[in-house]
Amino acid sequence: VSASAILQAFAMVFEPGTLIAMVLAAFFGLFVGAVPGLTATMATALLVPVTFFMPPIPAIATIVTATAMAIFSGDVPGCLLRIPGTPASAAYTDEAYALTKKGQAELALGAGLVFSAVGGLFGTAVLILAAPALAEFALHFSSFEYFWLVLLGLTCAVFITSDQPLKGLVTLFLGLLVACVGLGNPAGHPRFTFGNAEMTGGIGMIAMMIGMFAISELIRYVVDTSPPAEMVVEKVGNVMKGQWELAKKYPVQILRGSTLGTAVGALPGAGADIAAWMSYAMSKKFSKEPEKFGTGHIEGIVESGAANNSALAGAWIPALVFGIPGDSITAIVIGVLYMKNMNPGPTLFTTNPQNIYAVFLLFIIANILMVPLGILCIKAARRILKVPRNILMPVILLFCIVGTFAINNSLFEVTVMLVAGVIAYVLEANRFPIAPAILGVVLGGMLEENFITSMIKSNGNLGAFFARPIAAALAVVTILVWLVPPALKLLRRPVIPAQAGTQDLP
Amino acid sequence: MKLNDAVFGVLLLLLGGAVLFAVQGYPKIPGQPVGPALFPGLIAAGLCIAGVLLVAKGLRERAAQPWLVWDHWVHSPRHVLALAVLLGSVVFYIVAADALGFLITATLILLALFLALRVRLPHALLIAVATSVLVHLAFYKLLRVPLPWGVLKEFAW
Repeated sequence: VSASAILQAFAMVFEPGTLIAMVLAAFFGLFVGAVPGLTATMATALLVPVTFFMPPIPAIATIVTATAMAIFSGDVPGCLLRIPGTPASAAYTDEAYALTKKGQAELALGAGLVFSAVGGLFGTAVLILAAPALAEFALHFSSFEYFWLVLLGLTCAVFITSDQPLKGLVTLFLGLLVACVGLGNPAGHPRFTFGNAEMTGGIGMIAMMIGMFAISELIRYVVDTSPPAEMVVEKVGNVMKGQWELAKKYPVQILRGSTLGTAVGALPGAGADIAAWMSYAMSKKFSKEPEKFGTGHIEGIVESGAANNSALAGAWIPALVFGIPGDSITAIVIGVLYMKNMNPGPTLFTTNPQNIYAVFLLFIIANILMVPLGILCIKAARRILKVPRNILMPVILLFCIVGTFAINNSLFEVTVMLVAGVIAYVLEANRFPIAPAILGVVLGGMLEENFITSMIKSNGNLGAFFARPIAAALAVVTILVWLVPPALKLLRRPVIPAQAGTQDLP
Repeated sequence: MKLNDAVFGVLLLLLGGAVLFAVQGYPKIPGQPVGPALFPGLIAAGLCIAGVLLVAKGLRERAAQPWLVWDHWVHSPRHVLALAVLLGSVVFYIVAADALGFLITATLILLALFLALRVRLPHALLIAVATSVLVHLAFYKLLRVPLPWGVLKEFAW
């Protein structure tokens, strides 16, 4: 750690341009998170065309700030309308709404805010400690280790994001296939271009992401037939009251939620939403009063509210160190990093450490900024929730079109956006998870390149993939992840009916 | 729109087969064990296997899972119209933006969507024009994205 790099990082972050970008991004993120149907990932996708025109650090600052704010403010409509603002708040929406109905909306909103910030800072601390250490370790990785690492990441995405691994596998293959399009393969041979000049460059990743995360969401909005939700609270009081008592009452829960959230975030494919679900379940399981869960009990909100924000920072660990996104937000971030010539990988930590320190600093500031701005957001919640969505959604569509066009000044990208949006909608409606597809698209090139390089190095000998110790260890883990779940299923199969029978007894 | 898994399985088999067929013609790299056909070939093989498994799963669950189940919105003309306008407006932009120019195309698609989502006409008209002009200012003037002028070329500013 060099002091001059840290000073440089401070200079880059505490610069008017970056700070203004952060404040604007904060308001944008709070708004997007608080409006049901707009997600943190969508906020990121919509920001990309704008960050395109910014220097690297302000560009990253907008994304870090906007996503942190959006994951918190997703709690607000969950609490007041019983609709999660982002999927990451879905796990404890019913709980928060139950508190609101008991007249404790302040407590629920405040807990969401305070422990979001705490979780975010915890995740940031892990990021700061773990990423450079991992990077140093990864400096010695060759194509064999990277091949297994990418494969392990993709494997995690398949098994963690879906209750049906087969469907996750399908979307992963589709993503990998899309990544094959164009000239960008080790042999430089044009694949699946159909003679189209635009397709030789490959399918634009950003256009695809805007389609999958924004257009699909717009489709879901226009075909939504559920009746509008009623707001039960007219006025929200002081949300900070009683939060210190909560922190003193639930220190273990806060620590557990933050730890689990960071770990789930760091696993490729799984992000804040899965972190919140797992953490809420864990909170209930280890609680001294599990019977109170679901009736308006704050404990689960404290734990999973911390988890979803810590997952955000956790997801950046594999993204920065290996270029393997930990969630769909960092999948987009990786695209931005490449655009800004900050290619992720261990060398990012050695050649330009000031950039990495700046990213760490941005995370700390964003999570601290969250508290005062979050209070403002809660004060304005009633107005934000009354913004007419039938006006908002068409405007977002126009933004998507123009933003996608702006990436390459090409209408072809707009077509890619539309097709990706429709496919993502149909797949999700049929319970095919989207995250493996995103990882496939982002990592397809890397997987093939490391595979081909390794094959050439070893002259086609597959044994070489297991010859180096770390590569062999990664290989074993990867293969175990593939083999263990089906094996367990086979072993368990004859036992299940017997168990089901005994469970009926009181 | 919920389809039986077998339908997806068949589609994946077709896709996998087409890819396997397409990569047959790819060149081999002399002196190298692997060429550009290998990776997509492996993915396509994976798609085919997954396709077969999905067909089997879909047929097994055939009793509980009809070939096709429509969601509620299909029976609501208002929602079907909104969806058609949403998708149609992107297609319209792709086809017409260069000829008509950004300002006209954007105003038209916003107006159509507002009306489909039941915004009152005076509001819809006003917001459509204002938004188009603002987005044009932001992207064309500020970020220098070459949005097309189309028929308004003579009035370009």
